[in-house]
Amino acid sequence: MLSIKNIHASIDGKQILKGLNLEIKPGEVHAIMGPNGSGKSTLASVLAGREEYEVTEGSVEFEGKNLLELSPEERAKEGLFLAFQYPVEIPGVSTTNFIKAALNEKRKYQGLEPLDAASFLKLLREKAALLELDKSLLSRSLNEGFSGGEKKRNEIFQMAVLDPKLTILDETDSGLDIDALRIVAKGVNTLHNADHSIIVITHYQRLLNYLQPDFVHVLMNGRIVKSGGKELALELEEKGYDFIKEELQESLTA
Amino acid sequence: MDTIRTEYLEERFKELQSAQTGSALQNWRSEGFKNFSKLGLPTLKNEEWKYTGISRLFTKDYTIPSKKDNVIDRETVDKAAIPGASGMEHLVFVNGKFNKDLSSFQSNDGFEICSLEEAFNGKYHEDAEAYFNKSSLFIKDGIHALNSSFMNESVFIKIRKNYHATKPFYFDHIFDTTSNHLLASPRILVVIEENANVQMIGSYYTHGSMDSFSNEVMEIVVKENARLEYYKIQNDTPNGSHTGTTHIRQVGKSYVHTVNISLNGGMIRNNTDIIMEEQANEAHMYGLYFLKGNTHVDNHTLVDNTKPHCFSNELYKGIIDEHATGVFSGKIYVRPDAQKINAYQSNKNILLSDTGTINTKPQLEIYADDVKCSHGCTVGRLDDEALYYLRARGINKDLAKSMLLKAFAEEIVMQIKIEPLKEYVEVQISDRLQLAD
Ligand SMILES: Nc1ncnc2c1ncn2[C@@H]1O[C@H](COP(=O)(O)OP(=O)(O)OP(=O)(O)O)[C@@H](O)[C@H]1O
Ligand SMILES: [Mg+2]
Repeated sequence: MLSIKNIHASIDGKQILKGLNLEIKPGEVHAIMGPNGSGKSTLASVLAGREEYEVTEGSVEFEGKNLLELSPEERAKEGLFLAFQYPVEIPGVSTTNFIKAALNEKRKYQGLEPLDAASFLKLLREKAALLELDKSLLSRSLNEGFSGGEKKRNEIFQMAVLDPKLTILDETDSGLDIDALRIVAKGVNTLHNADHSIIVITHYQRLLNYLQPDFVHVLMNGRIVKSGGKELALELEEKGYDFIKEELQESLTA
Repeated sequence: MDTIRTEYLEERFKELQSAQTGSALQNWRSEGFKNFSKLGLPTLKNEEWKYTGISRLFTKDYTIPSKKDNVIDRETVDKAAIPGASGMEHLVFVNGKFNKDLSSFQSNDGFEICSLEEAFNGKYHEDAEAYFNKSSLFIKDGIHALNSSFMNESVFIKIRKNYHATKPFYFDHIFDTTSNHLLASPRILVVIEENANVQMIGSYYTHGSMDSFSNEVMEIVVKENARLEYYKIQNDTPNGSHTGTTHIRQVGKSYVHTVNISLNGGMIRNNTDIIMEEQANEAHMYGLYFLKGNTHVDNHTLVDNTKPHCFSNELYKGIIDEHATGVFSGKIYVRPDAQKINAYQSNKNILLSDTGTINTKPQLEIYADDVKCSHGCTVGRLDDEALYYLRARGINKDLAKSMLLKAFAEEIVMQIKIEPLKEYVEVQISDRLQLAD
């Protein structure tokens, strides 16, 4: 589904990703962990198509297409969804109108008619219920004045409506209280299926307890330096990143 | 460069005066023309006209309607009117002059409409003497004097005590330029008595391919516990230029809400003055100029706090595309006695093209020490973060831009409290942005 090969990316002339490789098959859940500033959000931005980032080397294939050639909106319509670490507040654009525009743009891309008002509202209501999202948020300006947790929940709500093939969760768990974490995890699990893959960027084990990743990767200094199963996350939680740094040191001196 | 011609105006002025001997406005016009002759057209050296080269409009000769040429066919009236006009007190002005036959309003006990001459000569002479032409004490330039020189078929409106108007008053200005360039000088005096409540709308429509220059002066007096909403809508053709003063005096503790929407036209200058003459007056002023082509819109606002405890809030927003120009100059005076006032002002602009221009200038003159004033202005491009967020959800770049611009404008549009008018403005903006619904 997604094949990242030797990706190098920089922003404002500063090299952040330095030869990153990752393969994701349909239905897999991959966790990416790593110290602050290691390049996790940068990877997410490069995949979503943020124009400030320059890819200087490497390739990304998504569902057989050269992802890097596509605009951010084309990537989204091809089925890529990034739940932002810091969702943007957009005064004056209501959450409902925004989601309607996004959904209809995707349907147009797929050669489908726009959803009629009744079906759209039904879909909205159904997904809002899944995320236990307060309906008053839907008529408010997008993310404006939303609490940290509401913003994150709103991201997963959008994911639920847009039904992507690949979702990247960038620290969706941070800022969520215990109940919200459970609700968000339940939402993600409901949408996760054999065709829908997930990349979870996180610092903590707690979301992974719910999502049960197939693979855990450690990103450091712009590269994936270690990969393992879900037990790797537990090991990191216990020991921190030092033991990996030491391993790296050893392999370098060996 | 084309030369600027104003000499012929003297002849036109004399023609008008001799055709109107005995009119109560004779002396006012004479004084106006005397001032105009002295002041001349404002030049860029005049601080108040620094960014608006109005004299450029005088490189051609204008026809000035001196006789009763204030007729136009019904079809044009229908075309000029904003949607919903049939549900309003619809006052039609052709070439700056009131036309009662084309107008449709239902007189009742709540208000009366007559000519300014009738007001001066009849039972409203006290109002006329007390309130007429007081704006000239604030706007002392040749453009205001030019209006006074050529005002004709001007109108006086009295809104009586306690009258809560159910229909908005709609000043529908139509300029016939099918055969010549036209200089029109609409002049209106409105007195809103105690406890009355009215909404008013002004719009401007040039019919014909020659140029129109409408130079309006509107004076509105708002008395104790009255409430005024005034909406000025500018969506004329590029050959329609306009200068207008809306001079609002809050002579009693009252509430004023103004919205100025400029979408299309030639060179436009709006003066919106609020003079707070009583304690605890409240005013809200909004403006949106969404411009393209070569349209030039200059908004000059004034809030003059002369008494304590007044409150004013002002928000003007601009979107400038193509070769258009937006000018904002917001003046706040706080007179020495005006303690404990709150005055807020903000001007926000988005520049969409490299060829567009924005000039913005807040001016605060504060002579009292216990006041809360704030002002701010921004000139920027669309928010890249927001644009990226929308695109990352699959919304095309153009549509995403349009959605953000619409949202930017919406903050002003939602201040229009007349539903059909608000809808009309929304449709105009959506069309400009190629947005559905
Ligand atoms: N415009 C920029 N110019 C220079 N450096 C930048 C710029 N934007 C981001 N960076 C740097 O890129 C590095 C990687 O940032 P990134 O946001 O990808 O980290 P992260 O792994 O997501 O960290 P966190 O866990 O704190 O979210 C950081 O050192 C950051 O300071
Ligand atoms: Mg990050």
